[in-house]
Amino acid sequence: MSHEHRLRFKTLVMVLLMVVCANTGDLMLARGMKQIGNVEISFPGLRQALLSTIQSGSIWIGILFLIAFTLCYMTAVSWADYSFVMPAGAFGYAVQTMLAIVVLHELVSPKRWIGVAMICVGVLLVGQTKPNTTNPGPGVTGL
Amino acid sequence: MTRVILMLVFFVLCNTGGELAMSYGVKQVGEPQSFRPMALLRFVWAAARNSWLWVALPLLAASFYSLLILFSWAPVSVVIPASASNYIVGTFGAKYLLKEDVSFKRWLGVILVCVGVTVVLLTGKV
Repeated sequence: MSHEHRLRFKTLVMVLLMVVCANTGDLMLARGMKQIGNVEISFPGLRQALLSTIQSGSIWIGILFLIAFTLCYMTAVSWADYSFVMPAGAFGYAVQTMLAIVVLHELVSPKRWIGVAMICVGVLLVGQTKPNTTNPGPGVTGL
Repeated sequence: MTRVILMLVFFVLCNTGGELAMSYGVKQVGEPQSFRPMALLRFVWAAARNSWLWVALPLLAASFYSLLILFSWAPVSVVIPASASNYIVGTFGAKYLLKEDVSFKRWLGVILVCVGVTVVLLTGKV
């Protein structure tokens, strides 16, 4: 496999990991906050909310996934162009739609399917371009 | 209306500026040597000592709060397409500030993603 193909493959795998981590993190945070309930905007209310979030396993798992997302994002932009990674990350919207269908059994409108199709075609087009145009030589590591 | 437009410009500039600064900083730091915990910690430590990352963080925080303010000031149908314009502005930034070579195919992909994200977000089930 040539250097460019290897770089494209590993960057797209990292973008996929990014998307999975971001979506799972958001989902866990939302689940944790739903368990905590409505937050009252007052000093005792905010104090109680802070204590509840510290004690919530879902919130901690969500934070861990979001830290993993940041690490994946930083790794991806260290390998490839920002203009390659940024639009590819929009693939997350397609994943969210699939999760909405499979997990939540939601009905998806034709308008949303059109949007998802446009994102997928866009990501496919970006994915076919050269991943790194500023430092196209072989990387320093064998990741 | 003027304050909404100014806040939209502020949001897009902060968001794009933050991401470009982070990308520039990470490029200076270099890639992680492996995915072992110590190597990842070294990578994070090196990133934390890079000044561009410290430029990126307040910009990204400002973009987050300006987006929240925008949602309280303007309808979603105005804010969402404007926030999706980050893809276009970010690509311009990548081309002219990071000196990335953005081909016609990549531009086409970015525009499709931008329109697609707007359509998806306007369906209101994200």
